[in-house]
Amino acid sequence: MANLAGTTPASALTAARSSQPLLTIEGLTVDFSGVQVIRGIDLTVARGESIGIVGESGSGKSVTWLAALGLLPRTATVSGSIRLDGEELRGAAAMRLDRIRGRRVAMIFQDPSSALNPVIRIGRQVGEVLARHQGLSGSSIRAEAKRLFELVGLPDAERRFDAYPHELSGGQNQRVMIATALAGKPDVLVADEPTTALDATIQAQILDLLTTIRRETGMALVLISHDLGVVSETCERIMVMYGGLVVETAPSESIFASPRHPYTQGLLAALPPFEGALRQLVPIEGQVPEPENMPPGCPFAPRCPQRMAVCEVTIPRLAQTEAGGFSACIAGPATEAQKPLSLKTSVLA
Amino acid sequence: MFRFFAIRVLRAVLTVALVVTFAFIVLRLSGDPARSIMGDDASPEAMAAFRREWGLDQPLWMQYLHYFAAIFQGEFGRSMRGGGPALDLVLGRIPATLMLTLPALLMKLAIGIPAGIYAALHRNTAIDRAVMVTAVAGYTVPSFVLGLVLVQVLAIWFAWLPTGGTGSLQHLILPIITLGVGGAAVLARFVRSAMLEVLGQPYIRTASAKGIPWAAVVRGHALPNAAIPTVTIVGFMVGNLIAGSVVVESVFSWPGVGNLLVVSVAARDLAVVQCILLLVAVAMVLSNLIVDFLYGFLDPRLAEANSSGGH
Repeated sequence: MANLAGTTPASALTAARSSQPLLTIEGLTVDFSGVQVIRGIDLTVARGESIGIVGESGSGKSVTWLAALGLLPRTATVSGSIRLDGEELRGAAAMRLDRIRGRRVAMIFQDPSSALNPVIRIGRQVGEVLARHQGLSGSSIRAEAKRLFELVGLPDAERRFDAYPHELSGGQNQRVMIATALAGKPDVLVADEPTTALDATIQAQILDLLTTIRRETGMALVLISHDLGVVSETCERIMVMYGGLVVETAPSESIFASPRHPYTQGLLAALPPFEGALRQLVPIEGQVPEPENMPPGCPFAPRCPQRMAVCEVTIPRLAQTEAGGFSACIAGPATEAQKPLSLKTSVLA
Repeated sequence: MFRFFAIRVLRAVLTVALVVTFAFIVLRLSGDPARSIMGDDASPEAMAAFRREWGLDQPLWMQYLHYFAAIFQGEFGRSMRGGGPALDLVLGRIPATLMLTLPALLMKLAIGIPAGIYAALHRNTAIDRAVMVTAVAGYTVPSFVLGLVLVQVLAIWFAWLPTGGTGSLQHLILPIITLGVGGAAVLARFVRSAMLEVLGQPYIRTASAKGIPWAAVVRGHALPNAAIPTVTIVGFMVGNLIAGSVVVESVFSWPGVGNLLVVSVAARDLAVVQCILLLVAVAMVLSNLIVDFLYGFLDPRLAEANSSGGH
């Protein structure tokens, strides 16, 4: 059971290189026709780690990862560096990216029903990956697809091979998407709001599935969500994004115990408690600024209860906090780190 | 599936009946066949005899009932001008029309579909704009204008091709081009927008995220989806094979169904006009039926809805 998805455990594969992060993003910016939506993101993903990216809609969570995989439309201008095992992906030739996408880095999306091709049988949609990245063909595709469908808990796996997406429920389609992602035996799975379009009960099942698969395959998981609750249960490390910037990053438990950034604090206050008495939920007033109307200073300043005059003119940089995280807030208590933009964190056991 | 089929066929028959009824009424309200065929200087007695002979002296509803009863016996009336069976007259003209419309249809498909796909894949580039400008020009210029320009340039100035009529393969070229250009333009625009719609769908991004090369994404994921709306417009073009060349046949004096229709309408040759309209309606309705069934093949979502009797 230790190797359900057939992936070589990360530890065995990379003992020698474990000091080097699997994926490194440095100074990533994305412009859409002159409007900057990602304003300099730095992050690293270590082998086997799980990292949650949180923020409201429009904070730039998804765009960051679409940019990393070269999946943005041609109208987008991407700068900075995205390296996988030291290999630069930005500006890489399509052929090289095609060998990385689906094989080393897989991605699943928000609405599984529209993310699957409506006129292609789901078995073929999984089989495509098996044929391209595993070199399988014919009956071995069918057998491997069945194994993957069973692995992701798709009922009646054998018969589902010939089903179309519209014959499955949303939750089942997301399982198919996960099976498709696992088919390439990736080192990283980027799950972009994988449960947002699903019922609450199904949400929990899919998150459990992702956690289980990560443990058993040793792949890293990047979970993108607007829901801090979803991310904190599934991930070891959390990165909070706002206005195309990272505003706080910290281990999951310390984000809950001592959130540093006022935006993180706001997200927590808006979250129903997991246990104990119900309390009044506090919404964050106002809205995420449009990229073309971004405030000159801290992007959160217009909504921030701890706003100071300086916040409206200076963009705060990430600085190390005593809890082992980084926060980009002038008002919040933080000590300046030596390398403020480097987010090196150790993998938690 | 049977229920689906039965409903479609019933609807098709009803459509044809409505077209025929409409044609019947409009033709009889819009002019007097006795006057147009016998001429203005015919004697009142001769006119009355003509009307009696063709049943035009009976009340409209009686004529209508007679007409419908005859259709069900396979009797489509006789030409008031030639006297021969209207159906034979019309069927005799169909091969000549198909000689123009079938190659023109192939031209529309062979140019329109690749041009539309290419433009969509190179959206907002110079090539895309060039294709679209050509397409807009191609479908805004009326076919009689295009036909006359082609005649002026290629037949009169350069004298490469005949101005009209029949007799050789060269006679086919100008009418086929005139017919094909407009349809190719319409198809190019349609296919382009269908492709753009599909290329913006999340499943295209999914396919790219799986590491499938772009050419294979286009071929395997985008085209099958873009084919679904495209089938509708191609079906419409197929339905137009018999009657889609009225103007062009007139411009090039081509002896096809369209030419017969123009002459027969002018003469109020009722049976012939009605027979042509009936055939056109049947052709259109049949191609629509075929399109409906093709949908079932191309779109599994519809296939399931159909087999369970919904829509």
